[in-house]
Amino acid sequence: MSFLPYAVAAWLFLIGLYGIVTSRNLVHLVVCLSVVQSSTYVLLLAVGYRSGGTAPIYADISHSENVVDPIVATLTLTDVVVEATVVALLLALTVQAHRRFGTLDPNEMGALRG
Amino acid sequence: MSYRLRMVVFGAGVLGFASLLIWGLGGLPDFGDFAGRYGQYLAHSALPERHATSSIAVTTFDFRGVDTLIEEFILFTAAVGVVALLRVHRETEEVPAEPEATRWPTAQSGALRSLITALVAPVLVLGIDIVLHGHLTPGGGFQGGVILMSALFLVYLAGTHIGLGPLRPMAAMETAEGIGAAGFALIGLGGLIIAGAYLENFLPFGAPNHLVSGGAIPLLNIAVGLEVMGALLIVIGEFLDQRLLMQKGKL
Amino acid sequence: MTVAPLTVVVPLVAAGLLTAVAVRLNRAVAEVVALAATLATVTFCVILLARTASGSEVYWFGGWETHRGIAVGVAFVVDAFGAGLATLCSVLMVAALVLMWRYRDTDPPHFQTLMLLFLAGMVGFCLSGDLFNMFVFFELMSVAAFALAGYKIDEDEAVEGSLNFAVTNTIGSFLILTGIALVYGRTGALNLAQISEALAAGPSDGLVVVAFCLLAAGFFVKAAVVPFHFWLADAYAVAPTPVCLLFAGAMSELGIYAVGRIWFDGFADALVAHGDGLRTVLIVAGCLTALVGSVMCVLQDHIKRLLAFATIAYVGVFLIGLGLLGSDGVAGAAVYIVADGFGKAALFAAAGIVQHRRHHVSLRRLRSFGRGLPLTGVVWALGALSFAALPPFGSFFAKSLLEDGLSKEGYGWATAVLIATSALTAGAALRAGGAIFLGLGEGGPPEATEDETRSEEEAPPDRTPAVMFVPAVLLALAALAVGVVPGLVEAFEGAAVQFMNGSSYAGTVLQGGNAPPIEAGQAYSAPASAYVYSAIGALGAVIVAAAMLFGHRAPRSASRRLSRVGEWAVAPLRALHSGHIGDYVAWLVLGVGLLGGSFAIALQ
Repeated sequence: MSFLPYAVAAWLFLIGLYGIVTSRNLVHLVVCLSVVQSSTYVLLLAVGYRSGGTAPIYADISHSENVVDPIVATLTLTDVVVEATVVALLLALTVQAHRRFGTLDPNEMGALRG
Repeated sequence: MSYRLRMVVFGAGVLGFASLLIWGLGGLPDFGDFAGRYGQYLAHSALPERHATSSIAVTTFDFRGVDTLIEEFILFTAAVGVVALLRVHRETEEVPAEPEATRWPTAQSGALRSLITALVAPVLVLGIDIVLHGHLTPGGGFQGGVILMSALFLVYLAGTHIGLGPLRPMAAMETAEGIGAAGFALIGLGGLIIAGAYLENFLPFGAPNHLVSGGAIPLLNIAVGLEVMGALLIVIGEFLDQRLLMQKGKL
Repeated sequence: MTVAPLTVVVPLVAAGLLTAVAVRLNRAVAEVVALAATLATVTFCVILLARTASGSEVYWFGGWETHRGIAVGVAFVVDAFGAGLATLCSVLMVAALVLMWRYRDTDPPHFQTLMLLFLAGMVGFCLSGDLFNMFVFFELMSVAAFALAGYKIDEDEAVEGSLNFAVTNTIGSFLILTGIALVYGRTGALNLAQISEALAAGPSDGLVVVAFCLLAAGFFVKAAVVPFHFWLADAYAVAPTPVCLLFAGAMSELGIYAVGRIWFDGFADALVAHGDGLRTVLIVAGCLTALVGSVMCVLQDHIKRLLAFATIAYVGVFLIGLGLLGSDGVAGAAVYIVADGFGKAALFAAAGIVQHRRHHVSLRRLRSFGRGLPLTGVVWALGALSFAALPPFGSFFAKSLLEDGLSKEGYGWATAVLIATSALTAGAALRAGGAIFLGLGEGGPPEATEDETRSEEEAPPDRTPAVMFVPAVLLALAALAVGVVPGLVEAFEGAAVQFMNGSSYAGTVLQGGNAPPIEAGQAYSAPASAYVYSAIGALGAVIVAAAMLFGHRAPRSASRRLSRVGEWAVAPLRALHSGHIGDYVAWLVLGVGLLGGSFAIALQ
């Protein structure tokens, strides 16, 4: 049971990669990339969890309570922003690809070879 | 490379990669047993040091503020990148405004449009509230900025396209984005000049649980909120322009 | 020491302000602001570099230092290699901005903004001493690079190249992030020095090896080590040439630098017993990369792809140097990075000048078009000679340092790989230069037909603006200068020792002690064997170039048979570089698996 969150993270990474490799549509490919992203979120948050801990917001709890790690929350926040922006950029490229190639299928964009 | 060869290569790779991951993840402490001293120190010193109740906000904007500065600039880069990548090529014209006669309201149902219009103000207020209270409760510049963006996006949903041709608010959004981004960096410079280290918190810390506390953290939250709102509106505006171009038959 | 944050803050503020006033800005103002900010960064980096001679320095952000052995804030740890690499990046950025001065299609201020952000990302990455902070700067650099690579939106290939680049490198950064999560889970620390102490204090089990493997794999994707390299040729082929200059001269090297940094200052103490195994893995990976890169380089017809594969080949050489894990190898790799960085940048600048005139990039179309550009031809020749590692170029001393290190550690056979790389890449460059600038080779000047790649719409200018020649010439001279300036090679050796000294790094960061100054070694003179190897390499280059330029004059049956055998041998390799993103990611995954497997065998 204690290994389950880590296993979920690993599974997400692998299944996302599978989606990317077998993708036939660029939008699908970008979404698979975001599946791989979410594996990193799950892993980071799972690593910092403490059993019985609550959120490290001291507005209404006393100072000595058991809290989860605030650093992984910061890391995940940064990670979310960074990867969301990469997705935005990739989707802009997808729009351009559709404009130029008329298709979204990576198999049919044969402009670069050798 | 044929599909089959690709799957063979991938299959072999996945076997290796999966075993690598399991081998490595197996060495982690059990879920829930994390004992990192760094995180605990930050959690326990956020309130005494900065009088801000959200230790996550203090970690994000104070202890590890430079990471947030760069993260904000990554969002900025992506917005500029989207504008650059979707720029209308010199030969075709500027993106025109939809002419009055054919301007379809995006929400076709009158009831829906009224509801959305009524929602704009509350969502805007919610966004501002979340940005301003970032140092006290969960929230902050990033989360509030997204909500602010959606408030303005509701304007589009309720009415017609955000891009109004040459008068498009894209310029205002770029200004907001630029000011937010540069603002964060300049507040950091204030820390350098006044307090001696870049991004050092140089304003008075106030009393805990009050709106004015945490020193420069609320200011940084506002800068980030402005920047996130601007950047996301630019990105969405650019994608909406593509729809306009397609409608005009340019694509 | 307040200069350290300014190296990053100045370009960032400039980028933000340029966008804030975007609407009212004309191109000249944007370019001047960008250039001014970059020159400021160069100045700051040089100041930092000068100060590292007396020991590395630490700058803590936010005024947070250490608390009972825990690093509370984020630190910039400035040592000679970090500051030096940052200086190289900013100098090349100046060259790129100057080259771009007269291009019409830059969309102000967005292009200049992206360049400034790219610069900030690179410089921050070199100076950072915190693992997650390195990752964040790495992402800034990458996102700016994705946008810059796809900048020429009116070309089909630009979109595909940029997509391949973005997807593969993003997967690389996920690998890095997974590695960071593993390290954090074990040590609870993000500061590199603190990680080193914590890992050394704990067991060196699978987690440590896997974390290092994932981090290395992610950085190898950026560095384009085989088999993570497929994206690089696509991205270079389509990016605007001044941007390629930056990619080749600075960005690819950062991946190798990062692996060195996290090894020596992060994992070396914990995995010290496995140094020999790691050495084997890295040297083998380096040799593979160098060979694949050189062979593909020779086969290219497209100038920028040719230079892209040459970049991959040299990344392999840098990896061989780093992989030696000794001061000879690391110093050699560093000298090579600088000298070769300037050399490749000079070649890209020359290619940019030719392209500015003629808008084509394939050799078939460009043959003899360079005849009216003698200065550019000389720059190209100097770049090719730098590839050949002839004295007195800096690359010669770098190569001889590597050869010393290889023979000391018992990897003398890898010297053959180094010679082959020099011969093949220099041969390819000489052949391209001969065709373009001297009109040698098969067929005369091509007739005017459809273009494959158009970079601008208006008629080609008759004269190249003088301002474009300046960076090209200066870069070529810089490649020469690295070998000629006295004491430079010895300074690199001292800096390498400082780079490898993980314990003094940790002491300076965590206890605030004074770092030891750099001691330059005794004067370095290359052994006679180095001259011999260099001569062999140069001879090989001339043979390769001559064979490709004049092969059509050989007796038909022999040359036809030879070329058919050659085609058959390399056809599978060429087929792998298909341009399809699924293929690239499949190879990436296999690469991670193989790297992990070899680490498991070698490091346990």
